[in-house]
Amino acid sequence: MSPAPLSRRDRLRNRAVAVAVLVSVWCLLWGSFTWANVLGGLAVAAVVLAVFPLPPVTFAGRVSLPGVLRFVLRFLLDLVVSSVQVAALAFRVGHRPASAVIAVPLKVRSDLNITLTSVALCLVPGSIVIDVDRATGTLYVHVLGVRDRAEVERFRRGIWRLEERIITAVGSAAERRLVAAPDPVSPQSSADRKGTRV
Amino acid sequence: MSPDSVLETVLDTAAVVCLAGGALLCLAAGVALVRFPDLLSRMHAATKPQVLGLLLVLLGCGLRLRTSADVTTLVLIGAFQLATAPVAAHMVGRAALRERRPDPDLLVTDELPADGGPSSPS
Amino acid sequence: MTIVAVMTTVLLACAGVLALARIVRGPSVLDRIVATDVLLAVIVAAVATAVAAGRDATTLPVLVVLSILGFTGSVSVARFAVRSRRDES
Repeated sequence: MSPAPLSRRDRLRNRAVAVAVLVSVWCLLWGSFTWANVLGGLAVAAVVLAVFPLPPVTFAGRVSLPGVLRFVLRFLLDLVVSSVQVAALAFRVGHRPASAVIAVPLKVRSDLNITLTSVALCLVPGSIVIDVDRATGTLYVHVLGVRDRAEVERFRRGIWRLEERIITAVGSAAERRLVAAPDPVSPQSSADRKGTRV
Repeated sequence: MSPDSVLETVLDTAAVVCLAGGALLCLAAGVALVRFPDLLSRMHAATKPQVLGLLLVLLGCGLRLRTSADVTTLVLIGAFQLATAPVAAHMVGRAALRERRPDPDLLVTDELPADGGPSSPS
Repeated sequence: MTIVAVMTTVLLACAGVLALARIVRGPSVLDRIVATDVLLAVIVAAVATAVAAGRDATTLPVLVVLSILGFTGSVSVARFAVRSRRDES
């Protein structure tokens, strides 16, 4: 999906967000929000953005606070639960954990959504995004500790729910409609087409 | 006991629990690193309990220090960790994939295209 | 606090030794990168434990540097390892 060229306003807003983030990182680094730190941070941010310009990010949505809160809480819960699960797998005696590589076509193919979903998946134990097909918005995810196809399918649905929560938090109205659509059928048929299935 | 010292005891206890939990998760990562059969499974253990483990250790640290300047530094470390861990994991995972396909004996299913996926070098 | 600090240090030391074992055994460069990452995280946790035990924030900036170092290290080696492999073939 080739992003449409950004309008001047979007570029300005992206830059403002980047400057705000860099300045707050600078202040956190020094440990206090004083005027000297803010001004120094602004100077550093200007240099950084001039030397390393950011790739254009299209952000058409609006941030919904309850959505963000729900996403963060659920994310923390997932983090704790699956950390304990992976840790338990590590300590279990005489057991070789099985895993799977699954393809998950996301419903919303914007770069921002692909990035956020991958980051959230990578942070939660039990799943790593090993490859991304940007054109079709497909994530290839390595899943640890699945035993059979039913668990694989459950995991795939879990990723779609995660995408839904992200879109509910930061998506636009059109994207919300996309994720509200029923799940696509399992991509088994398209996988068979390419051969070498187990 | 004055309310202040009660609060201190509670915070210290919470810090101790966080530190111990973080250390346990780090140990789990080490054990998994040695025991898991292939690179991708090892990566799960290596990058992941780390995230929660380090966050717990940092939280415990913050609960002990309780000064705003130190807590901001700890928040920064945690934020770096959350921002960089997925990137590193993804880079290593993709590199592993290009080097060698995962062992089919260990997989329940492999839905990656046979040509090695979208970012294969060929 | 002292008991917990000692306990934590022992756990972290075990984790460090296990990570070292994986670094020695390999077999591939990527295995070693992952193990080095764990080792670094263990070091960060150990320094943080020392900070918490002594209530002494002197070494906190070290943690900031370490947390960035681990990332740049593993990403650059991951890129480098794969590229060199491709050049050989």
